[in-house]
Amino acid sequence: MMTAWVAARRNHRAGGVSVRRVGAVLGRNVGALRSGPAYWLVLLSGFFEPLLYLLSIGVGVGALVGTVPVGGRAVDYAVFVAPAMLAVSAMSGALAETTFNVFFKFKYAKTYDAVLATPVRPVEIALGELTWALVRCLFYTVLFLVVMVALGLTSAGGALAAFPATALVGVAFGAVGMAISTFLRGWQDFDLLTTGQFTLFLFSGTFSPVQDYPAVFQVIVSLTPLYHAVELVRGLAVGPAGWVLLVHAGYLGVMAVAGLWLASRRIGKLLLV
Amino acid sequence: MAEEPLIVARGLVKRFGEFTAVDGIDVSVERGEAFGFLGPNGAGKSSTMRMISCVSPPTAGELRILGLDPVRDGVAIRGRLGVCPQLGNLDTDLSVFENLTTYARYFGLSRAEARRRAGELLEFVQLADRAKGKVEPLSGGMKQRLTIARALVNDPEIVLLDEPTTGLDPQARHLLWERLYQLKRQGVTLVLTTHYMDEAEQLCDRLVVMDGGRIVAEGSPRDLIGRYSTPEVVELRFSGGGDVAGKLDGVGERVDALPDRVLVYARDGDAAVAEVHRRGLAPLSVLVRRSTLEDVFLHLTGRTLVD
Ligand SMILES: Nc1ncnc2c1ncn2[C@@H]1O[C@H](COP(=O)(O)OP(=O)(O)OP(=O)(O)O)[C@@H](O)[C@H]1O
Ligand SMILES: [Mg+2]
Repeated sequence: MMTAWVAARRNHRAGGVSVRRVGAVLGRNVGALRSGPAYWLVLLSGFFEPLLYLLSIGVGVGALVGTVPVGGRAVDYAVFVAPAMLAVSAMSGALAETTFNVFFKFKYAKTYDAVLATPVRPVEIALGELTWALVRCLFYTVLFLVVMVALGLTSAGGALAAFPATALVGVAFGAVGMAISTFLRGWQDFDLLTTGQFTLFLFSGTFSPVQDYPAVFQVIVSLTPLYHAVELVRGLAVGPAGWVLLVHAGYLGVMAVAGLWLASRRIGKLLLV
Repeated sequence: MAEEPLIVARGLVKRFGEFTAVDGIDVSVERGEAFGFLGPNGAGKSSTMRMISCVSPPTAGELRILGLDPVRDGVAIRGRLGVCPQLGNLDTDLSVFENLTTYARYFGLSRAEARRRAGELLEFVQLADRAKGKVEPLSGGMKQRLTIARALVNDPEIVLLDEPTTGLDPQARHLLWERLYQLKRQGVTLVLTTHYMDEAEQLCDRLVVMDGGRIVAEGSPRDLIGRYSTPEVVELRFSGGGDVAGKLDGVGERVDALPDRVLVYARDGDAAVAEVHRRGLAPLSVLVRRSTLEDVFLHLTGRTLVD
């Protein structure tokens, strides 16, 4: 008893987030992996989707399209599309975790109600879930980068540079997704979410350069999140690298912080009533 | 100076929007006590328990747990409480054993310590043979025992149990009561809510009766029975309707007509039965029994206490 108590006191005095408790929330998800093959199947299918797009559109359609100009340089269409699919896989990996899974635990399984009866705080739940979403996201992006290098769609250096960017993409979308899932009323709302995600997927400079869009449309797209993710990842994987990448990273950073803040607040507000 | 009570509430209020669920209650629970909240559906028992568990901020009034302020020191307090909520929330993605180890980690226990505690506690609640199994196939009573084991994982000073035995068969209830006795003997302070009078009589040193968010009576089970009831109660059933109760005027100390039977509160049950027969009344059935908390409750709230 004394040990738990002293630990709790210490954490309380520190007044902030306890890494240990965040780790415990993360550890719960690691434990749940052993619960059966269902989760692993979902995990794998999430990896193959962007990969199939890359192969069918990037390589397949790419054979018809030829080259695309990127930063004044003409590159193969597949080279253009691949970083976008990488960004998409980072986004969907993190989103799948913080929307479907978090929503289920939040609303139906009452997992967090049980957790909040312990010293764990809402922000620690949010951080633990986000870290787990990041793990899932990186699992996808590492595999995807290996495929890209193997197919000659980026260099090893490009892959190494893009890798941390995919982490940022995952954290940004994971955090915002978690905040959104605290507002969802039921499964029917997931249709909206999926539609939104698919729209981003199609129109974020993923399959054609944003410069080819009509002017008004360009402005709209430049405000949406996946555009910044794609531009950042593409800039690092294929080029050109420039200061503008910091703007994209900044956008994603703001998403991460705002999403995390809102998600923690909502978890506390809705469960601690 | 005597130790400050572990739980002190003064004028404690909980509102949900316009609705007042807990309407200014005063409670104090001493270390080592078994304290009960008794009341019908919607009385405000769970709302009170959640405030004490530091998962629901009080709307007004004063609340101190373990000498600390639940809003400011929630993290520290929760680390020393064990909570067994009314609605089960075991983790169905985890095994029985992992439910305990995972929970222990939330309290900051090391992995080894968590495993040791989990093993001990599964023995304590007689679920050791289910350790590796899933939670879903457990029976209601087993799930409840697992939830109690989970509430004990941090070796808490206060254990809060919200309707720990609702929905269990008598055998499962007795097993649980027996475990709770053991905890009490170990010096753990128990706070529980219940609809069951026998449970309150068996487990609680002291209890409050809640109704409509207020406390309507307080004392030990014996106290309350002595104060609000008579030593014996006669239950009479009559065929047909009619104003039987009127004809019973003056038999015993008080008469309560329920839809299905009439209760006569009397110091001496047999004497009351004799008087009923002397008045020429012919009840279908007669039962003389000792007074229970149920009678106290009926007297205080004018309602029977049913699930
Ligand atoms: N989160 C909430 N929002 C709105 N009203 C609530 C909420 N929680 C409880 N209430 C209301 O407060 C009142 C008291 O509820 P509470 O759960 O505390 O009763 P209880 O004594 O535990 O009842 P039971 O025996 O059915 O468990 C009820 O009328 C309930 O509808
Ligand atoms: Mg209740």
